[in-house]
Amino acid sequence: MSNKSLLRINNLQAGVEGRAILKGINLEINAGEVHAIMGPNGSGKSTLASVIAGREGYEILGGEIEFRGEDLMDMEADERAHLGLFLAFQYPVEIPGVNTTYFLKSAINETRKARGEKELDAVEFLKFIKSKAKLLDLPEDFLKRSLNVGFSGGEKKRNEIFQMAALEPVMAVLDETDSGLDIDALKVVANGVNQLRGPESAQLVITHYQRLLDYIVPDVVHVLHDGRIIKTGPKELAHELEDKGYDWVIKEAEQPA
Amino acid sequence: MTETVQIEESDSWLEAFEALEHAEKDSPTWLIPFRKAGLAQYAKTGLPTLRDEDWRFTNIDPIRKTAFRPTFAPAILEAAVLDGIPYPFKTGNAARLVFLDGHFQKDLSDMSKLPQNVTSISMRDAVAREDLRLDQHLGQYTYHHDNPFAALNAAFFQDGFYLNIPKNLQIETPLHIIHLSSGNDAQASFARFFIRAGEFSKCTILESHHALSEGIYLNAPTTEFVVENEANIEHIKIQDESKQAFHIASVYAQVGRAAQFRSHYLDMGGRISRNNIRTKLNGEGLECVLNGLYLADGDQLSDNHMIVDHSKPHCDSHEYFNGILDDKARGVFHGRILVQQIAQKTDAKQTNKNLLLSDDATADTKPQLEIYADDVKCTHGATIGQLDDEAIYYLRTRGVPKAVAQRMLVHAFAGEIIDRIHHNVIREELDEMVWTRLEKFAHFQNVTTT
Repeated sequence: MSNKSLLRINNLQAGVEGRAILKGINLEINAGEVHAIMGPNGSGKSTLASVIAGREGYEILGGEIEFRGEDLMDMEADERAHLGLFLAFQYPVEIPGVNTTYFLKSAINETRKARGEKELDAVEFLKFIKSKAKLLDLPEDFLKRSLNVGFSGGEKKRNEIFQMAALEPVMAVLDETDSGLDIDALKVVANGVNQLRGPESAQLVITHYQRLLDYIVPDVVHVLHDGRIIKTGPKELAHELEDKGYDWVIKEAEQPA
Repeated sequence: MTETVQIEESDSWLEAFEALEHAEKDSPTWLIPFRKAGLAQYAKTGLPTLRDEDWRFTNIDPIRKTAFRPTFAPAILEAAVLDGIPYPFKTGNAARLVFLDGHFQKDLSDMSKLPQNVTSISMRDAVAREDLRLDQHLGQYTYHHDNPFAALNAAFFQDGFYLNIPKNLQIETPLHIIHLSSGNDAQASFARFFIRAGEFSKCTILESHHALSEGIYLNAPTTEFVVENEANIEHIKIQDESKQAFHIASVYAQVGRAAQFRSHYLDMGGRISRNNIRTKLNGEGLECVLNGLYLADGDQLSDNHMIVDHSKPHCDSHEYFNGILDDKARGVFHGRILVQQIAQKTDAKQTNKNLLLSDDATADTKPQLEIYADDVKCTHGATIGQLDDEAIYYLRTRGVPKAVAQRMLVHAFAGEIIDRIHHNVIREELDEMVWTRLEKFAHFQNVTTT
């Protein structure tokens, strides 16, 4: 495993409307690693994903986020994407009238343009996209449909992973991608994520439950509570949390050192 | 037959009527009372004010304040003027009827692509032809009490077009009515179109209005459709007048059993524009679609006002109107679905959506249901909003820059309407026209990449 640092978060504090949600996050993810962030509802998991991806509306109260050696704070969401960051949404947005193929061609070619690569023409693009669609067992006609419109919860999540596969990010953040998935869909999604694993890339899997981590096996598990990472451990930690709940970790963290 | 007209002092329309009567001394006997009835209706109400419920969002003071004169003498156009206008079917794959200020331009028109058994002649010639019995047909399907502009059209029309598609004839070639306004200040045009589609016939009719110069003129055409049983008519109206001009169009359709009437409206020009649409669903099992898109910027006002009258059971009607408004533009929608007591099993749906691209743009919307039957399915809804921030964020996380994401969403919003046009070539050309126009909106000039 290489030790090249991809994502480095240092004392990150963020919130909305004057209310702090993240209260000093420290996290370092190296190339080749899969990290999981687990935590009870309201611990700040989705806020962390949003702040990494560059969602507007959050106040950054302190700290830094570096991705591939670059400061993310001044970058727009699309610039972060061009740098190789991908966020799979907990609730993917339905966009009526925006055709999936047209959208993806724009996303891929804008990204290629930003990286100084040659844009794909129509033929190259279709060939590329069809090979990716096969991997995720998506219905043939979904490329012709409006983005996420009329999709079931499971189809939306698969579409997220499909887009991830097509954009080939250096680092993917998956925000509760397992919620609302049956076991078969979960396997398809996990398979898509595992295909992306490699010595140069990394994944950050945010989840409430350990279930997904049976299929996407993490190298490191973090527990987030009240805006802070209160425990970090090996993959076995996920099973322990599944068996015993979060209370013992929280209690342990509250003990004076 | 004749009614007494109360002449108000210095009403330019009443003065103009005297001039018309003088000029048209030889017109058929039925036409004079027809005109006078129109004028009498106008004289009764005058031009509407904001106190009229049907006009309460559309202030036509700028029209009232201008002393418009109807265009009596038809001008002759050089063929070259058509080159300067962006209109669909430039490649020539349509039968073409050209009008200038309401008058038919024979030399610029080309009807050779229409089948022989179609009756297609100028309205000026049609009123003189006794065998066409226009005295029995013209104005049969119109009413003017809520629309003084249609009343003025009845009083002042001199030309236009008469089209009769015989039973069973399916015309593949679209028919394109091109109406040009020379754009002279204070000029008024009143073209009159009468289109009858016989049983089981089919036709696509494109009607587009353009300006040759940017003057303050009035264009108030009236179109009557008679769609017989099981006929299929697709009508696409494009309004691209001068930004100084006024365009008040009246469309009346009477639709028969199991027929299809699809009428599309694209409004881009005009300082004040309005489509006054009245459809009477007069046979069982028919389908009527009114589908419109209005783009307005600067201080334009774009108004669509319609009444869909369900007077027979088992009919479907759908009205979809989307507006994209920038700068200080205003959009007005007023849609009324009237379901008569006899019209059981009506399926009617009406939506009006407005996208505001600036803080100063406004939209007034008034969808209405008036239902006297008890076994019907009717829905209506209206929205006024801005681009969806959540959707823009989603697209940006995929690497789509903000300006591109915004364009995608606006395009999608327009596409909801454009996609309902069945005719492939017209749909694609319209999509292109809409996009070219939107790119000129201030909103897209100002968008930066951040």
